[in-house]
Amino acid sequence: MRSFTSRVDRDLKLYHWMKLTREFEDRVSRLHAQNRILGGVYSGRGQEAVAVGCCADLEPADVIFPLHRDLGAMLVKGVDPGRLMAQLLGKETGLSRGKDSFLHGGDPAHGVFGGTSMLGATLPVACGTALAMKLRRDPHVAVAFFGEGASSRGDVHEAMNFAAVHALPVVFVCENNRYAYSTPQALQMAIEDVADRAAAYGMKGMVSGGNDLGAVLETMARAVRRAREGLGPTLVELKTYRYRGHSEHDPARYRGEEELIQWTSRDPIPRWETYLALRGHDVEKVRGETESEVAQLVDDALAFAEASPDPEPQEALEDLYATPLDVAPSAVPAGSEAAASYPP
Amino acid sequence: MPTATYIQAINLALKEEMRRDPDVFVMGEDVAALGGAFKATDGILEEFGPARILDTPISEALIVGAGVGAAVQGLRPVVEMQFMDFAACGFDQIVNMAATARYRHGGALDVPLVIRGPSGGGVHGALFHSQDPEAWFTRVPGLKVVAPSTAADARGLLKAAIRDDDPVIFLEHKRLYRSVKEELPEEQEPEPLGRARLARAGSDISIVTYGGTVPLCLEAADRLAAEGVETEVVDLRTLLPLDRDAVRRTVAKTGKLLVVHEDRQTGGLGGEIVAWTVEHCWDLLDAPPQRVTALDCHTPFAPALEAYVLPGTDEIADAARRLAAY
Repeated sequence: MRSFTSRVDRDLKLYHWMKLTREFEDRVSRLHAQNRILGGVYSGRGQEAVAVGCCADLEPADVIFPLHRDLGAMLVKGVDPGRLMAQLLGKETGLSRGKDSFLHGGDPAHGVFGGTSMLGATLPVACGTALAMKLRRDPHVAVAFFGEGASSRGDVHEAMNFAAVHALPVVFVCENNRYAYSTPQALQMAIEDVADRAAAYGMKGMVSGGNDLGAVLETMARAVRRAREGLGPTLVELKTYRYRGHSEHDPARYRGEEELIQWTSRDPIPRWETYLALRGHDVEKVRGETESEVAQLVDDALAFAEASPDPEPQEALEDLYATPLDVAPSAVPAGSEAAASYPP
Repeated sequence: MPTATYIQAINLALKEEMRRDPDVFVMGEDVAALGGAFKATDGILEEFGPARILDTPISEALIVGAGVGAAVQGLRPVVEMQFMDFAACGFDQIVNMAATARYRHGGALDVPLVIRGPSGGGVHGALFHSQDPEAWFTRVPGLKVVAPSTAADARGLLKAAIRDDDPVIFLEHKRLYRSVKEELPEEQEPEPLGRARLARAGSDISIVTYGGTVPLCLEAADRLAAEGVETEVVDLRTLLPLDRDAVRRTVAKTGKLLVVHEDRQTGGLGGEIVAWTVEHCWDLLDAPPQRVTALDCHTPFAPALEAYVLPGTDEIADAARRLAAY
């Protein structure tokens, strides 16, 4: 397991990661509003306990397949905040070196596989990674995230079925934030819990409150333990809520005020502060210190990203293949002297 | 070594690579116990055991996606599409997941994955067991596309594809599986991807082709030779990356280009080859480049319909004859 020096250390680090995630994402939202950031911005504000809690106890060689709202998962796995910010700004130092936007970049060195915009499409990939682990008797696990929206996709069915057949060391985490863009869960499925489907695959299903960090940690610990012990995959459904729109350009007027207030009142961060208080921490002091720390980290990340160079235009043709191909057709004029010396 | 068919050469290449490298792993529908619908993976389960070859459910997206996931974790998966037509069911995993993986990770990821299987018509396989899907993939950066026409190339190119660190679509023309028989050497090195092969030397006209139409073009070339026309036949072997130098060299020699493929004409690879030749080899040309391809139609079932739609030796010979006389 990931090493924490003590319970106190772990409790405070979890708080730090949730606060860092929120500060980072709020800063990104502001940068977007100021036109300082390009492309679509997808905030996971409100879902921090899921992203952080699911990865807090993973080992470095466990591989995660995060969603675009799982910034916290990447931070916990050790991805450098500066490179993440550079990714959002399309800089040379970003995870994808400017090739793809937002959180599609992965970081193989930290066990993070970057997804595509076809949500749910990483679940088959996670199965392959888990299969490789199983075949090599490697005791690590794959953790794949998807939303209740992606649960309607065929990839998800194919992956869950296969994982159950082969008892693969994979955990499927359904972040049920109740909306697929604007479409509410009731128009996506006729069941209340996506995890109900686990039974149909012969897989263990678990449902837990996704805004309750303690519950997320406890549920994930059980699922990950099952995977490590060879007991096969688990479908973990975590009920949560996306405070902001699908992306920053979406005012999300399709949701009611009462619903938003109800869910905001269940915010994962004050909830963990209550836990810390009951554990005897001076929460005012911890909050103040943590907010200074994370603001500094985000300042540093942004300074690094903004100081980083833009990629050179011709770098668009790099990273397509292990060995670059001559992708630009020869411009040597036919019949010319140059053509005669063109490599045979 | 005694003679081997095209499919035996594929089977041999798989086994040779599996013996050489314990990371090579096979997965697909009915590949293990049955040995594959065409027996491409026959005997692998017996020799290597169930940790090296896996029968999957009917789940093409899973097969390709899991291939990507195993590849990035360090295995060298060879996954089978039972018929290449079915790659349509795994299309997103091929063009969006596998093909972009290295690119969107800023070059920090290898994807040593081979997606192989039977393609092509002429065996009355009907609409969904006859397609030539190469043009679905030859315009997707990040992929390589290979289409051998001989047993030796099937063996050598499959070995190279397995050792390649990028995803490779490996198209085996099913009409060649048992119609092609050759003497193979005991040992064979991988055949580098991206290089065409001179299938027949000639000085009057050039035919550039690949896969299932190579034997037809050679047959047409024999007929023309009897009429005094010497035809050069270039077998592209790899379709992405395309060996444009080989096209230029043969055009420089004959000045007359005929591109032949079994795939449909519109949007097919022939259009790209002709366009490139016109752009870059204009001064070398003595006649307008021509194409012989399937009609822009599905590949139908009834023999009379299928023969009408697919290119045959007569059409190739006629087009070559007209071009020679131009």
